Amino acid sequence: MAVKVKIPVPLQRLTQGKEEVEGDPGTIISLIEGLDKKYPGLSERISEGGKLRRFVNLYVNEEDVRFMKNEDTEVKDGDEVSIVPAIAGGCILG
Amino acid sequence: MSFVKGLKCRECTREYAIEPIYVCEYCFGPLEVVYDYDGIKKVLTKKKIESRPQNLWRYKELLPIDKEPTSGLYSGFTPLVKAEKLARHLGLKELYVKDDTVTHPTLSFKDRVVAIALSKAREFGFDTVACASTGNLAHSVSAHGAAGGFKRYIFIPATLERSKIIASLAYEPNLIAVDGNYDDVNRLCSEVANKYNWAFVNINIRPFYAEGSKTQGYEIVEQLGWRVPDAVVVPCASGSLMTKIWKSFKEMKQLGLIEDTNTKVFAAQATGCSPIVKAIKDGVDVIKPVKPDTIAKSLAIGNPADGFYATQIIKESGGFGADVSDDEIVDAIKLLAATEGIFSETAGGVTLASAIKLIESGRIAKDDVTVLSITGNGLKTKEAIVGRTVEPYHIDPNLKSFEQILNKIKNR
Repeated sequence: MAVKVKIPVPLQRLTQGKEEVEGDPGTIISLIEGLDKKYPGLSERISEGGKLRRFVNLYVNEEDVRFMKNEDTEVKDGDEVSIVPAIAGGCILG
Repeated sequence: MSFVKGLKCRECTREYAIEPIYVCEYCFGPLEVVYDYDGIKKVLTKKKIESRPQNLWRYKELLPIDKEPTSGLYSGFTPLVKAEKLARHLGLKELYVKDDTVTHPTLSFKDRVVAIALSKAREFGFDTVACASTGNLAHSVSAHGAAGGFKRYIFIPATLERSKIIASLAYEPNLIAVDGNYDDVNRLCSEVANKYNWAFVNINIRPFYAEGSKTQGYEIVEQLGWRVPDAVVVPCASGSLMTKIWKSFKEMKQLGLIEDTNTKVFAAQATGCSPIVKAIKDGVDVIKPVKPDTIAKSLAIGNPADGFYATQIIKESGGFGADVSDDEIVDAIKLLAATEGIFSETAGGVTLASAIKLIESGRIAKDDVTVLSITGNGLKTKEAIVGRTVEPYHIDPNLKSFEQILNKIKNR
């Protein structure tokens, strides 16, 4: 078991085309930094200076990490993390 | 002749060619159209604008198309109503309502953005247009798309009220009711947009689409006699309309069409979904997403993509924000109807109710020339005021019965 991480299309070039990769439990930011060792370049696309980039949404088991502890949100074995570029909103309900 | 130079990331400033793309490949920041303002300045004058037909394409040099427009040829140039009765009621000297409740053809400001999106989709060679929406945008894409001969896929949450769906169905689009909530629709559409070569107006056409909102700002300036207001109150969902109105004022100054841009910009939100106003009130840049709970559904975006930029504009312009309860929204809808004869959707109630709070707190001064951005028609959200209006008088079909009631009315 590990943490499953879903990779959006624009980042799949860094994961050799894989839509889903596996990472280690811990905080969200440690998970991302861990993945960066296997898939160099991934971390800087998602975060900057240890913080998540403004236009990247991260979900743990479908819940936005900003409803939890942001980059410090804990993830454990079996959790599913989705990385979703923010679609500029505005019209989704409009 | 086009004055569009390319696309540029608002976050990291990486540049891109004009294509149906919407996020920076590197940092996922939003892309924005870059114009050749020096070139525009040489050809665009007040006189030239004034000589053109009264629709939003009179500002076409400032819109991101390369050829002549093909969609929304009658959209825009809605009335700027001088609201004297409402001004007296609120104790303001000079108040205007930018009345997008009568935008052609679907009665909301979304006709502005869709006019640009579908003209651009045609230039890109798409034969299919699509959007994710629950209301105004669905109506607009369905209608403009029908007129333009596009195949149309409109994605909505299946739980939507039947009455809202009917208005879109009249235009016979392919309406896809998704078994899920708004976020699910949103996420599904980003996957669909990746797989199918369609023009999703609010996804891969978004940088062009969003520019259409600027036309509301240009019109306010032109209709005020080529000057900006002292205060403008704008309803915020994603925050995009506010950022584009501000951009329009700045562009007009850059082109020498106006001298100053000393407008205070105010954000209006419903308390049940007010992430932007909360950030303004807390004095922070970070927008914390919320789960919306308000009757103002067209503004119910809990995670506003342009929220950060909206807060920056409010700071820069010296404006502020206000949030209002569902009851205040309904009261404001009724007040606008009863004083100015304008029936707005819930978002309009949010704007007026917020303006009232901003006037009461002194953020908007009594002598500020003030404009309210009213974005959609009340006939679309009638259910919001059901049971909250006056009641009809029931009588028998004879004069006696009528006069009995008339007496009652007069003696009320």
